[in-house]
Amino acid sequence: MSGISFLPARRPVPGVFVALTLVLAIGWLVVEIDGGQLFNQSTTVSLLHVAAGLGLVAVGQTLVILGGSLDLSVAYVLSLSTLVAAETMNGRDGALLPAIGLALTVSAGVGLLNGLLVTKLRINAFIATLGVGLLLKGYLDNGYDGPAGSTAPSLVQTLGYQRVGPVPLSFVLLVVVTGAVWFTLSRTRFGHHLVAIGGDPEVARLSGVRNDRVLVTAHVLCALCAGLAGIYLASRLGSGAPRVGTEGLYDLESIAAVVIGGTALAGGRGGVIGTVGGVVLLASIDAIFNQLEVDAFFKQVIRGAIIIAAVAIYARRALRKADS
Amino acid sequence: MQTVQRAPMPLRILRSRAGGVLPILAILAVLLVLVAVRQPDFLAPPSLLSFLGRSAPIILLAAGQYFVIVSGEFDLSVGSLVTAQVVVAARLIDSDPSRTWPVVAVLLVGGAFVGLVNGLVTTRLRVPSFITTLGMFLILVGAVYLWSDGAPKGGLSEEFRRFGRRAFEDVPVLGRVPYALVVLLVVAALAVLLMRSDFGRTLVAVGDNPRTAELSGVPVWRTRTIAFVLSGLAAAVAAILLGGYSGVSFQAGAGLEFGAITAVVLGGVALGGGRGSVVGAMLGALTLELLFTLMNFYGVSGALRSTVQGAIILIAVAVSGLRFSSR
Repeated sequence: MSGISFLPARRPVPGVFVALTLVLAIGWLVVEIDGGQLFNQSTTVSLLHVAAGLGLVAVGQTLVILGGSLDLSVAYVLSLSTLVAAETMNGRDGALLPAIGLALTVSAGVGLLNGLLVTKLRINAFIATLGVGLLLKGYLDNGYDGPAGSTAPSLVQTLGYQRVGPVPLSFVLLVVVTGAVWFTLSRTRFGHHLVAIGGDPEVARLSGVRNDRVLVTAHVLCALCAGLAGIYLASRLGSGAPRVGTEGLYDLESIAAVVIGGTALAGGRGGVIGTVGGVVLLASIDAIFNQLEVDAFFKQVIRGAIIIAAVAIYARRALRKADS
Repeated sequence: MQTVQRAPMPLRILRSRAGGVLPILAILAVLLVLVAVRQPDFLAPPSLLSFLGRSAPIILLAAGQYFVIVSGEFDLSVGSLVTAQVVVAARLIDSDPSRTWPVVAVLLVGGAFVGLVNGLVTTRLRVPSFITTLGMFLILVGAVYLWSDGAPKGGLSEEFRRFGRRAFEDVPVLGRVPYALVVLLVVAALAVLLMRSDFGRTLVAVGDNPRTAELSGVPVWRTRTIAFVLSGLAAAVAAILLGGYSGVSFQAGAGLEFGAITAVVLGGVALGGGRGSVVGAMLGALTLELLFTLMNFYGVSGALRSTVQGAIILIAVAVSGLRFSSR
């Protein structure tokens, strides 16, 4: 981790987009030969819906990973957020804004707790966020057996199902959030400080960066993104779902998307654009396999192999660069 | 993942002493007292021994996870490996007793192989172990569902299941000694011997500072790979015991990886490597199991298990962290 980059977007086109283009080209060809259509309206829409949910979580995850931390509690934050939102709305359009506000506040609170545990009590981020995740899991397991509450119809109609041409509103939301995070990382002091901390916390501290404050903020933003993803899922499902986060493997998959997107797991290197590339790559593979009617379990095997292979290729590149 | 601060020599000795097994023994003692107050029968040899037998799988997994963690890596694949092994065993045995021993051998070789792949991908291809073993987790879960078309097939033979649920009957003084406990004691003894051997010291050195270890001529990649193989083997043994005790299901190993990591950290082992003992890790697992038993006795809902697990791990790590930083 030598040589800290203060420009997170130094490599604007990470390898993930090359991979994405290849996957889409090959996928299109194979699906075409198989007699199907990869880019018809309904597959594109469902691909973008899948990408929107995972994308929101992964964009937040990028922030903490860039800062050298990690958040394993996002799946539970997401589930909790669907419940808080749906139960507060209880099917009433009038309660829409308070419900969204409450869901985001609760999420931010969990992020704050994560951040304080990591910075003030100096607990390893893996353990701290795993512990917080388990606390939330107990609360959810104890309080809910199944779906609860009901999402306001106006939210279901807009965020859940409305779209502009083939692009769902939720994907537009993802693009907006990604843009905001990209701007924050590349143009604000907070962003530069965060990347500096991820590169070398000691050097950052000695250069006058307030590490704790920056990391806590990153954790809060990460949890907010997970909370936003929860509100989106509540609008898709029409109710709060206590297991949606864990069943969707949002914790591990978001980390995988970040790493496939070219962000170093140890922090200090990478960016949010690559993460979205990683998310769309995972969603595209999903869509292609769906079109080919590949077995769901086989899909998971391939997914695991792709994640490992992608990171191995990055590692190889980094090694070659270090040698030359 | 914060960089581990390197302390100067005298401080490091203090630290290694602080990371010893005393704190976890203290917690264990407190829990035992609480149990004794509520349910004195529990401490009688028969129920205590069967408790130890029941806890054997998670203790074995904690020992396996310890090897990987002390060398500076993670193994998130053990839970899915246990599930895969149990389902594979049921299908291969297909209720035919004569296949028991060959299948046990297959499981051990399979566990070692998965560990070998984890280790080689992590060390030779330089993929962070978090990602390697996460990918392996997805692959194993997908593969096992795929292979069994979504529902476990076949069945375990009684010969296979006896490791997990039978016992030596009528042992003097002790009464009933579960086979699982004997397996546990043998593996625990082997683990302690291993950590006292040259290999054990090398393993800790690699986790403490891979660069220094490399420069002193230690083949770091080989040492770490062996740690992963040991973790895979431990998962195989745990799967044999668990399959026997609780039968075949796709949930057999669910969540065990985080359980094992919790136990190891609770036992005073530092994530990032180089600190802590294998006895501490195993005691951590025992403490966790005892805690869940205690919750049962006090009528706490099973759904709150994870909340307690989360709270315990946070408190334990925070307390040990504060102790270090006050030095």
